[in-house]
Amino acid sequence: MATQTLRTFVAYVEDRPGVLNRISSLFRRRNYNIVSLNVGRTHEVGVSRMTFRVEANEDSARRIEANLYKLVNVLSVEDITDKPSVSRDLALIKVAVGPQKRAEVLQLCEVFRARAVDVGPDTLIVEITGTQDKIDGLVNILQPFGVAEMVQTGALAMTRGPEGEAAKSVHQPPILRGVTAA
Amino acid sequence: MAASVTNLSPNETRPETRRLTGSQIIWDTLVNQGVEVVFGYPGGAIMPAYDALPQYPGLRHILVRHEQGAAHMADGFARASGSVGVCVATSGPGATNLVTGIANAQMDSIPIVCITGQVASTLIGSDAFQETDITGITLPITKHNFLVSRTEDIMPTLRQAFYIASSGRPGPVLVDITKDAQNASCDYAFDSTPVRLSGYRPDRYPVPEEFEQALELIRKAKRPVIFCGHGVIKANAMSLLLEFVHKTNIPVALTLLGLGGFPATHERSLGMMGMHGEAWVNTAIQEADLIIALGMRFDDRVTGNLKTYAPNAKKIHVELDPAEVNKNVKVDAPLLGDVREILRTLMPHVERLNIDEWIAHIETLKGDSAVRDIQELPDDGRLFAAHVIHDLWRQTQGKALVVTDVGQHQMWEAQYYKHDHPRKLITSGGLGTMGFALPAAMGARFACPGDEVWVVAGDGGFQMTACELATCAQENIKVNIAIINNGYLGMVRQWQQFFYGGRYVATPIKSPDFVKLAEAHGLKGIRVTKRSEVRDAVAQANQNAETTIVDFRVEQEDSVYPMVPAGADLHNMIRRPIPEGQGHNPIFETGED
Repeated sequence: MATQTLRTFVAYVEDRPGVLNRISSLFRRRNYNIVSLNVGRTHEVGVSRMTFRVEANEDSARRIEANLYKLVNVLSVEDITDKPSVSRDLALIKVAVGPQKRAEVLQLCEVFRARAVDVGPDTLIVEITGTQDKIDGLVNILQPFGVAEMVQTGALAMTRGPEGEAAKSVHQPPILRGVTAA
Repeated sequence: MAASVTNLSPNETRPETRRLTGSQIIWDTLVNQGVEVVFGYPGGAIMPAYDALPQYPGLRHILVRHEQGAAHMADGFARASGSVGVCVATSGPGATNLVTGIANAQMDSIPIVCITGQVASTLIGSDAFQETDITGITLPITKHNFLVSRTEDIMPTLRQAFYIASSGRPGPVLVDITKDAQNASCDYAFDSTPVRLSGYRPDRYPVPEEFEQALELIRKAKRPVIFCGHGVIKANAMSLLLEFVHKTNIPVALTLLGLGGFPATHERSLGMMGMHGEAWVNTAIQEADLIIALGMRFDDRVTGNLKTYAPNAKKIHVELDPAEVNKNVKVDAPLLGDVREILRTLMPHVERLNIDEWIAHIETLKGDSAVRDIQELPDDGRLFAAHVIHDLWRQTQGKALVVTDVGQHQMWEAQYYKHDHPRKLITSGGLGTMGFALPAAMGARFACPGDEVWVVAGDGGFQMTACELATCAQENIKVNIAIINNGYLGMVRQWQQFFYGGRYVATPIKSPDFVKLAEAHGLKGIRVTKRSEVRDAVAQANQNAETTIVDFRVEQEDSVYPMVPAGADLHNMIRRPIPEGQGHNPIFETGED
């Protein structure tokens, strides 16, 4: 067995009730280890786009793709792990910090290109986008001030350059040939 | 309606638009899909549909005794006919009773459409009487499912259901229709244009390089074996496989569900492989240098221990479902697509292989067992299940449509009934569903009205769905039933004997008097205790106008041999012991010792 690595997939799915359930049920049933999963609307009505990350080797990654294609509501899937891409998480962090140390926290946030989106008498909400590493870095720095709450999305990813394979085949299903085309 | 006909060419006629209720639309759509028989059971949430059923006299409804039976009947019909089987149930318990039958169809890739009633859409989520989330429950065991709550969605959804069930790798599709959708009306005209689903692409084709790679492996092979799986039968590739074998001379091993995909009596047929495969087949696989797997999925019952499986063989995997490739066995040359199309493409490029040595070697593996015939062995007064199956094969000239249950009798059937034709063995492979045989045979009866249909079941499994005898009686469905009655849950008892120190926990089973059970239903029953009575009983059963049970009282503690223990190496088989001081065992020994 080849080694397991973190793999990133992009999938276009029909925006209907129950589709996310079908996908998560598939992952559960086939014992795929999901690291993060994100779904949201696209610029097109009726089409949602997912980004998800799983621990998998190359072969099981191919079968994840193949199994997803077996779901009738899945329009297209692309494994973008080895493609140049941009990937972002979004996190909101509520720091328990009053007026005395507020300036210090804001200064640190600047280093991370995070910004304050809400200020209360004893708290501050910081918004940060970036990779998991960057978010972890900020959280570590803020920890001594007291992190009261934190919420974060899974990764959103998009390939660099021209329109991606998954996006291209949403409306024009490719004639599937060969194994690698999955 | 003439006014609306504007953009049609003179030869086209648009079907007349009528105002129908959802209930009428359900049946009208089924009729338009070519359905002639549905298996079902009424109940509250499906009553509007049943109320409209008499308006469709072309549809025969079979009233089952338990919804599991309805699903198995649809399944049996689908397997025997190659088309889609349909079953109907109400919401809640009616729907959940279908679940085993649906899972069975899913595991064996059988196209069935299950229609269930659902509580009114306004009540969904309120824990209403007989409400159950059947689309949620069946999500992992269907190819796809739908919840329909609008009347105008019924016809398009059912059309999609038939299309999804029968295309690509087939499977069960469930359509859950709310009671208010059945009751309401809408304008309706059956749409006969091809179904198109944007996210569903069932067809695929190999690339030329993949063909080249496979052909290269075939040309170089010295010890090749072809595997004939269920996909060969599903793709109707039997005659192409036969031609392929005639051209190349490569021997063929079969999976349980592949039996009949290549003639069992053909000289290049090796028989069934795997856990209860003949010794020579499994040995040949372990020694092979090339496996050409056609429409099969390297199930654990076929491979045994994957680490030591066919260690010398390159593998070509012809398979429609990409998710099956490299799942269990690492493949050297995958060919993704329809078995028939791929065989057709390969055909002109293959020629007779120089493998006489290999063929001769397999013949020696067979030893003298292949030419011995249990028919010729002396009758010592004991009746063995293998005798029953062998004599059933003889008496029916190998032409019966046999539907088996699950267990020892199923394996004996696979070993001793030589199927030369496809779709004449119907058996629950993947799920191993006891109770499958009787209802599946009843469904198959409608697909093959001219066939002699035989149920082969154990005394345990038969009792799981024996209630359907009443359906046979009420609906005048004629099948023949061979109960291989050994007083045990035989396969479990066999495992207890081999692997659990002979502790027969919960396996001795007491049965009703099956002859009287048949008679209580107004059917016929025959009891057989001697080998000499088998053929007459088989003939008599078939002559009877009504369904007939033949209760074969067989040797109680016989086991299926050879046996590869679960997870063991394929060549490590438990063989039939020969008791000391006895010249031979009264049972045909399968393979060289």
